[in-house]
Amino acid sequence: MMVIVEPVIPRLRRYARALMRDAALADDLVQDCLERAITRWHQRRSDGDAQTWLFTILHNLASNQRRQWARRGPHVPIDEISQDGLASPAEQEAGLEQTAVLAALDRLPEDQRAVVLLISIEDLSYAEAARVLGVPVGTVMSRLSRARQRLREDLAGQVAPSAPPHLRRIK
Amino acid sequence: MTTGRPITEDDLQAYVDDALDHRRRVEIEQWLSSHPETAQRLTHDIAIRGQLRAALAPIADEPTPAELNLDRLIERHGRPIARRRVWSAQLAAAVALAIIGTGAGWVLRGASQPKDYGVVALTREAVDSYAVFAPDTGRPVEISASDAPQFIDWASRRLDRPVSIPDLSPSGFTFIGGRVVPTSHGPAALYLFDNGKGTRLALLTRNMARDQNAPMSSSDRGAVNAMTWAVDGLGYSLVGPLKPSTLRPIANEARAQFSASI
Repeated sequence: MMVIVEPVIPRLRRYARALMRDAALADDLVQDCLERAITRWHQRRSDGDAQTWLFTILHNLASNQRRQWARRGPHVPIDEISQDGLASPAEQEAGLEQTAVLAALDRLPEDQRAVVLLISIEDLSYAEAARVLGVPVGTVMSRLSRARQRLREDLAGQVAPSAPPHLRRIK
Repeated sequence: MTTGRPITEDDLQAYVDDALDHRRRVEIEQWLSSHPETAQRLTHDIAIRGQLRAALAPIADEPTPAELNLDRLIERHGRPIARRRVWSAQLAAAVALAIIGTGAGWVLRGASQPKDYGVVALTREAVDSYAVFAPDTGRPVEISASDAPQFIDWASRRLDRPVSIPDLSPSGFTFIGGRVVPTSHGPAALYLFDNGKGTRLALLTRNMARDQNAPMSSSDRGAVNAMTWAVDGLGYSLVGPLKPSTLRPIANEARAQFSASI
């Protein structure tokens, strides 16, 4: 179990933090996730891989947390990533670009943000991301497509290479 | 060159993620060369993806905080799987038995001794195989159940005798596949079964130099139990995280099927 779970922990932390935008809360969720994984190790689906299983547990915990917030009113995001996340911005320009791209990521609806994070950042396959999110692969693909369109429009002119002012959506 | 498959939006997303096989990628690149507007859009998507990865990479490089130390969490919540230390103690015991067994085994030869070296060694080998392959999430089996004839062929050749796959479905366990594994007593066939709820059983079978026939014996190995027996020179050991009272009927089932097939 150690061998399988331990290497995934840094990525679980990253996913939780980028999704929740709060480093302390994210680590709490990861801790809950690991505790569940330990106590339910034998309950995991034997045909799925452990990485997908761990991300699924974490994602469900994050969704529960969000639902609790929804009942208690809007959450004020703590802008952890752009400060703590960038431990060493290489260039000032790169730092600004990264801040912009992270801000655009934060403006995505949560379901789209989750898809982008699982696929573009954590390198899950489309099928694995579908299992984590509990939706069909087709839904993952359409969310990914919409998320990328949104990011592109949001960042038009901010991220190299420069984009034309009006991008037509191509079917 | 082109297969004529239409280019889909999914293909374009997979292009951004570099998730296409080489051939499809070449096709997409050819198509993009005549669709510059889409090509520019994808270049932009790829740039954003790279920026996001760069921006979030430092989080995964941070040292893991103490409260996420897996060792400590396991200490607090109990170990999910069998302890290594127990196995190494058993290994030492088996080695000690092997040394004693070389002398004593000869004296006791012929008498059906459940504690004899042959069956004890087989049990240890089966427990070790279970520990390595049953929790393997990536590739627990070399040949999956869908290629069962291939597995039977392979195992039969290596064991130099025909083997078959027992049907444990009455107990709720499905054969998921197997492989040939090395043991200190030659090649062995490892079968893995799964009940669809995360419980796996490993069945190891190999030729027995000693204990050619042995009644079924139960062995408690901490988190797992083993049922081991031998018939006509072929030894079997079934290992799983089940109570002996649950595991034994499954082993009986397998034994009855093997005996019927001989």
